Amino acid sequence: MIKKFGKFKDVMKEIKKNGAALYEDPSGTEDLVISSPYQINYIHSYAEDSKFFIELTKGKLFGSKCRKCGYKYGTPRSHCMECGSETDWMELPLKGKVHSWTTCYFGSEEFLKETPFNLVLVEFDGVNTPFLSRLVGAKTEDIYIGMDVKAEFKKTPRYLVSDVYFVPVK
Amino acid sequence: MTKFAKAHPDMDFRLMVKKAYDYAMADVPAIKTRDIDSSRISYFSDHFTRQLKAASMVQDYLGLNPKDSRRIEWGGATGGQCIQAGWETVASGRSDVCLVAGFETMSRVETWKGNEFIALASDTNFDYPVGGFYTGYYALMVQRHIYKFLRKTRFAGIKDEKMAQEMATREAMRIMAMVSVKNHMNATANPYSQYPNKLTVDDVLKSEMISYPINRQSICTMSDGAAVLLLASEDVAFKYTDKPVLIKGVGCGTDTMRLADRPHGEVPRFPWEKKSDYENLDYPGVHSFRAGRAAALEAYKHAGIKDPKKELSFVELHDAYASSEIQTYEDIGLCKYGEGYDFVESGQPFLKEIDYKLDLKNKGIIPVNPSGGLIACGHPVGATGIMQGVFAFWELQNSIKKHFGNSTLQIKDAKRGLIHSHAGTGSSVTVSILEAVKHD
Repeated sequence: MIKKFGKFKDVMKEIKKNGAALYEDPSGTEDLVISSPYQINYIHSYAEDSKFFIELTKGKLFGSKCRKCGYKYGTPRSHCMECGSETDWMELPLKGKVHSWTTCYFGSEEFLKETPFNLVLVEFDGVNTPFLSRLVGAKTEDIYIGMDVKAEFKKTPRYLVSDVYFVPVK
Repeated sequence: MTKFAKAHPDMDFRLMVKKAYDYAMADVPAIKTRDIDSSRISYFSDHFTRQLKAASMVQDYLGLNPKDSRRIEWGGATGGQCIQAGWETVASGRSDVCLVAGFETMSRVETWKGNEFIALASDTNFDYPVGGFYTGYYALMVQRHIYKFLRKTRFAGIKDEKMAQEMATREAMRIMAMVSVKNHMNATANPYSQYPNKLTVDDVLKSEMISYPINRQSICTMSDGAAVLLLASEDVAFKYTDKPVLIKGVGCGTDTMRLADRPHGEVPRFPWEKKSDYENLDYPGVHSFRAGRAAALEAYKHAGIKDPKKELSFVELHDAYASSEIQTYEDIGLCKYGEGYDFVESGQPFLKEIDYKLDLKNKGIIPVNPSGGLIACGHPVGATGIMQGVFAFWELQNSIKKHFGNSTLQIKDAKRGLIHSHAGTGSSVTVSILEAVKHD
């Protein structure tokens, strides 16, 4: 027998358990609510950005430098946004400074179990743009703009940008 | 417009739009479905609908086949962009009457899954895997804004860098809370809003921390809802109503998808700003929205606006976060870059007639988000920008009382309103200027 509820919260609980529930809405009408799962595995190529992820597995961080105008990016970018020319790969220093930061106490479902975590934009000497990463090993009250940080790399790569993260320089 | 709500399990997206559509049509009895030449239909995310071509199903349900139609999607600015798409359809002469309709059904997944869907509107190679979370991105941006514009001004005298930054952040949190108080309070007179509330600065500051320094009461929520507008050419509009509203100017701006890639250059200035106003300001970096500035520059030029604070009667802007409301004041020239916090404290964006229980010296100079904004109205993405358009339309028609059942939010002699729709950490922004044509 399908169960009926007057509160939508109870409907949500019931469909997680038994796949379907009836909701008696404020107008007195019955709405049938069902659970509808969805999963997919994409075949994802990093294409022109591949070198960045390969180098992460070797403990190296790469950005891009424009061949024509010399603009230096803290992220991979195969063509320059300033002048449209091709860029060259440029190895980034492993030490930088916090350009901006936050501590996330909530997150998307995928990262909820990792909260709280710190996000930082890291700026590198002589590079025009920063790099988005995690800051590990520091609490909210320890972090400030201008703080010295250095890159560390995951021992077992997952071939994701999160294979690199930053820690405070002690 | 439907009421924005956490969930509408009794209506699917087609019925929500139909209800909003029927309401609008009943408001202009002279116009019939056969008079509509085309539609522009917006919703943000295929992930929420899990139904591709949902816009075609709306077209179908409204009985608009076989007329010209298309779907519009532009992240958080989907609704604002849909209005401009409708405007282009009429302005080009292709249609005499174009229906602009938008919706979102975000209740179809749980909140944190919904946040994941939204975060897929960030670079999925470089931003999302780090901890994809929009509140986190906006927190990164406002932290830099606080550093640039509060730490270096009000706390310039503090030698200890860390302490100065902490003090500046606390100050900013207090001022952001004032924005949240304003928007929630305004919404108490708006029956279409999701979270009307009488809050104090303390209530806001005590709400859960989501991404430091942004807390729960300073963030919009996920919603279900729909909104529509009917756009018509000038000749045709007067055939159907003696109280149309003119779309006087439109503007649109863009920026890099990854916020890390934002350049550090010069400010594109309004005619009333001087080069010396912004010496040594690396712009936009992550502290300001260049797309918002570009959209406002275009819209003001198109509408012939030379002094927005004087020439606009109100602004409805995309306050997904109280922080981005403050950043946006500066982008659209309600104050200069760096003056956003002072602007709030002065009281200028607050409504004159409402008692916020705050000490505000200069209330009502240019009311911002009189509707309650996204923070209090809710944010069913594809409908949000159109909701701003509907609200502005009613303000400029002087018909708030008719639609809300009270006139608290009716701005007297409202002549011109600005609506602002924003997406993707500031990667896409629209600004449209609406103008009253006739008054009672």
